[in-house]
Amino acid sequence: MINATTPIKAESKDLNFFYSNGTQALKGINMPLYENKITALIGPSGCGKSTFLRCFNRMHDLYPGNRYEGQIIMHPDNTNILEKGVDPIEVRMRISMVFQKPNPFPKSIYENVAYGLRVRGESNKRLLDDKVEEALKGAALWNEVKDRLQDLAFNLSGGQQQRLCIARALATDPEIMLFDEPTSALDPIATANIEELMSELRNKLTILVVTHNMQQAARISDYTAYMYLGDLIEYGDTDMIFTRPTRKETEDYITGKFG
Amino acid sequence: MMSATNKVSKNSSSTTASLTTVSPRLAKNVQRHFKERVIEFILMLAALSAVFTTFAIVAILLYESLGFFKTVSIVEFFTSKEWTPLFEDAHYGIMPLVAGTLTTSAVALAVAIPVGTIAAIYLSEFASHRAREIVKPILELLVGVPTIVFGYFALLFVTPILQKIYPELPGFNMLSAGIVMGIMIIPYIASIAEDAMRAVPMSMREGSYAMGATRFQTAIRVVTPAAVSGIVAAYILGISRAVGETMVVAVAAGQQPTFTFDPTEGAATITAYIVQVAMGDLPHASIGYQSIFAAGLVLFAMTLCFNILGHIVRKKYREQY
Ligand SMILES: Nc1ncnc2c1ncn2[C@@H]1O[C@H](COP(=O)(O)OP(=O)(O)OP(=O)(O)O)[C@@H](O)[C@H]1O
Ligand SMILES: [Mg+2]
Repeated sequence: MINATTPIKAESKDLNFFYSNGTQALKGINMPLYENKITALIGPSGCGKSTFLRCFNRMHDLYPGNRYEGQIIMHPDNTNILEKGVDPIEVRMRISMVFQKPNPFPKSIYENVAYGLRVRGESNKRLLDDKVEEALKGAALWNEVKDRLQDLAFNLSGGQQQRLCIARALATDPEIMLFDEPTSALDPIATANIEELMSELRNKLTILVVTHNMQQAARISDYTAYMYLGDLIEYGDTDMIFTRPTRKETEDYITGKFG
Repeated sequence: MMSATNKVSKNSSSTTASLTTVSPRLAKNVQRHFKERVIEFILMLAALSAVFTTFAIVAILLYESLGFFKTVSIVEFFTSKEWTPLFEDAHYGIMPLVAGTLTTSAVALAVAIPVGTIAAIYLSEFASHRAREIVKPILELLVGVPTIVFGYFALLFVTPILQKIYPELPGFNMLSAGIVMGIMIIPYIASIAEDAMRAVPMSMREGSYAMGATRFQTAIRVVTPAAVSGIVAAYILGISRAVGETMVVAVAAGQQPTFTFDPTEGAATITAYIVQVAMGDLPHASIGYQSIFAAGLVLFAMTLCFNILGHIVRKKYREQY
């Protein structure tokens, strides 16, 4: 079923995660992310999708008391990005993230996209100009904003803001991009735009996306993982998960008998 | 929940039309309505009393100043560089007092704005929960110290230290008064700016960290600009405090009206003049008595200008997240 020749970009190994209050939100997750593929995470609210996604860029490090156990190995260099000695900032430079609600910075459109490069110390105007243009084109936003790059990012529509956030994440050439319900705050047309964009981005990088929208998972993803109460219940080819799931729980969830 | 309350209010409005067939439940609504009206009225009175007081103050300032300007020409008031209303050879130029006020305020802000802003950034973005619990009460304690204490602190402690570095410094000088006034204002700026920064949603910070930014970069490049309207509000409050501050300048900056912007000299501010004169017993309607109100009016106008300016700046940069 799973194409054995596709290289693995990253994989979680026996990953447990504990919030500072002691809640164990992930229970021994083993799961691969195939290179240049889209992997979708589905499951009922509170099952740990966001928690899992946010392990990949060490977002949980921002809050004291959170604890990882196990590994997330990134290929081809085989680093365990959860290891104590690994700087979370290094990880975030390789793995970027797009949030559920668009969260542009209180800056111009241009500066939003240039942000990741600027924090890396880049100040060459020519290079920044090129990267910003490339990223905005990559996020299918260039034509709409090329004449007003100095406008405040808040003046964009919700869908445009989300594409701006994608451009921002793209500008630093990440290897993996994480999306946490990227279209749940958007209307159907903006959603369709983002979905199309993600399908195109697959050629450049590896994507992990959390979604509540079953059709969306079926439409855009190559692999799908179903989680429930912190466990990975089933993982496989999207086609297979949606047509012939092996586990009863998955089938119930997908057919809407549950959740 | 929402729809339920909507229904209730619709019901009660229809009862006013046909009060004859009031059910017990609806009668209760009418009663509640009345109670709410009374509360509303009391709240409005409280709000109005503040507005009324402000108008009354302005009216008195204007009225007494009018008397002043019957004797003194407005041109002299704004152009003469001497302020000696109680002397035999009286001059009525407000500019020396304005210069003193601006100079001490500028020194104070040069201290309070950088320190206050850095303190706010530290408290909001860097301090651990424990550190914040220790630092905040100390800052608040500083607010509680009577200003006269700060005045003598400037005169008897800061000035001697400054004189060690700069021996020609006179005993009364605006530098020392301004610095201490700045220290006094730090907690105001720090606490309001910190509130503004903490109000910046976590999602904005997460966005910055997710781009690989450090804590410092996030604080400076994202949180501070996002909170800029609140930070400007803090500065404006600081300016108003500095311009209106009385005791520190009256004690430490000297009471000699001198037209100078040099902080190493002593000079009186508007407020220092007002206390100085108000403490002596001047006959009502005398020119000296009226000069207090003219000076007060200028002070009021200055504070108003800063507040309006602050309002405009805040509007321009209002938070948008
Ligand atoms: N900061 C936190 N502290 C403690 N427990 C948390 C925290 N955040 C989430 N949890 C718990 O961890 C579990 C997984 O939460 P998570 O946010 O990953 O769910 P999710 O699958 O993303 O849900 P949703 O679809 O609603 O976004 C839940 O039981 C939740 O209550
Ligand atoms: Mg979630």
